[in-house]
Amino acid sequence: MSGVDVSGVDVSNPPSIEAIRCEALAFTYPDGTAALRGIDLAIPVGGRVAIVGQNGSGKSTLVRQLNGLLRPTSGTVSILGRPVGRRHVAELARDVGLAFQNPDRQIFAGRVSTEVAFGPRNVGLDGAALDEAVTRALGLVGLADAGRTNPYDLGFSKRKLLALASVLAMGTPIVVLDEPTTGQDAGGIARIESIVEALAAEGRTVVTISHDMRFVAESFDRVVVMREGRIVADGTPAEVFAEAGWPALRSTNLEPPVAARVGASLGLGATPTEGALVEALRSASA
Amino acid sequence: MTEEAAGLHLRGVSYRYAGTDRRVLQDVDLDVPAGRVLGVVGRNDAGKSTLCLVAAALAPGVIGGRLEGQVSIDGVDSRSFLPHEAAQRVGILFQNPETQLSGTAATVFEEVAFGPRNLGLPLADLVERVEEALDQLGIVDLAPRDPQRLSGGQAQLVALASVLALRPGILVLDEPTSQLDPAGTRLVGDALARLAASGRAAVLVAEHKTDLLERLADDVVVMDAGRVVISAPARDALADGRLLELGVTPPARVSISRAAAAAGVETRLAGAAWT
Repeated sequence: MSGVDVSGVDVSNPPSIEAIRCEALAFTYPDGTAALRGIDLAIPVGGRVAIVGQNGSGKSTLVRQLNGLLRPTSGTVSILGRPVGRRHVAELARDVGLAFQNPDRQIFAGRVSTEVAFGPRNVGLDGAALDEAVTRALGLVGLADAGRTNPYDLGFSKRKLLALASVLAMGTPIVVLDEPTTGQDAGGIARIESIVEALAAEGRTVVTISHDMRFVAESFDRVVVMREGRIVADGTPAEVFAEAGWPALRSTNLEPPVAARVGASLGLGATPTEGALVEALRSASA
Repeated sequence: MTEEAAGLHLRGVSYRYAGTDRRVLQDVDLDVPAGRVLGVVGRNDAGKSTLCLVAAALAPGVIGGRLEGQVSIDGVDSRSFLPHEAAQRVGILFQNPETQLSGTAATVFEEVAFGPRNLGLPLADLVERVEEALDQLGIVDLAPRDPQRLSGGQAQLVALASVLALRPGILVLDEPTSQLDPAGTRLVGDALARLAASGRAAVLVAEHKTDLLERLADDVVVMDAGRVVISAPARDALADGRLLELGVTPPARVSISRAAAAAGVETRLAGAAWT
């Protein structure tokens, strides 16, 4: 899928600018729950980063800081080199597109095409350009034929793909996907993997939150492990899923992907993906 | 009620939603006796969620539509139940936990107590049920929290606890672990396995996670376009070569063995640490 144009919007950025930088970021909810307790995280433009961790570890709270839905209690967040500060949500929406874990928090229109057009229209697209952005985004998620459907006549998994299309249509340089593979069948997961690939090929920055370790290992080049509002590990899938990284994973209720566990139990070293495992088996038996 | 009749049994079941002509379930036969776990897999739109609604007598009982064939709940035709009667026999967990939570409870404890409180139980029984359900799912520490301020995975565990606290004889679960981390998934799997092993409940679980079903389910049916296309003991159904073309990700054990074989690698993976 490399070279596929996801939005038609030019997202090239000077490589020296970081897409996302959090410094000593802390956030406490009004009920006293301290969800983030000092996050330092820098993500370069074009990075593909998966944030993993147990339920309640602060992952969703962290990504809501990136588009201004939540503001730091202390510390700072910068997007594309500019502090979020008091920048308005509507302005940040041009930089960061966030597809929610629960699509029903996001969907409101009576028609699929209206839903997808809402975002790009608000950032000034109209006429043929708007139609094209909507058509392209719906095609990418496999809903090309559903434009006139009421979103609530779609099943849960398709509503999730619709929410993803609404974000893709915005053409933001940073795309954040909160649990994108939840509820998807084999075909839906393959589709999401190819969308991540296409976004990365265009130089966009892709951040995901996921419990799906196979998806994380196959589609992302960096894994950030969170526990109780802090980062406890950060590295490539090969590093984080290697046996030395398992204690950190298990401290936050995660298991390495099956391929990594099989490779380790056979003494084949780090095999985070099924492809890496088969390759290691092949060289071991040669 | 005879022993064979206990649990959930579908014979020749077809279903159309109100106002539509399309049968989203077609001629479905399945059996979930007490003490057994049946896994339901299939691509999105195969009819899994509809099957859950029909199995719980919500369709057509509450949402209307047209049912053909027979859905037997503990030996009684589902159409003869009033909604509250069906609810006392079948507990259903919806795919989206936010659909499930009452929105009226101030704490997780009250939320989980909401269902059993409507059964008119003595207070001590009520408290015991709630505590047991929270404990089974490892979420005792969430009891004082506001249900509206939970993470997605926490909300899913609370929703499941609220169903377990009803202690239904038939449990219908639509993707109960979709938002859970691996530890939460294991907890749910263990709780369901214990429940089935006790013989107290028949469990039907629609799930994409075939690794979980391989450990948990006794039998598995694969659905496609509203029909049951494979029905077999879990290990056999999940090793079926047609899974991927039916939109189902095979268990990692199966896909890795297959990939290794395709690469011409002789494997002896039997002793390897699977899931």
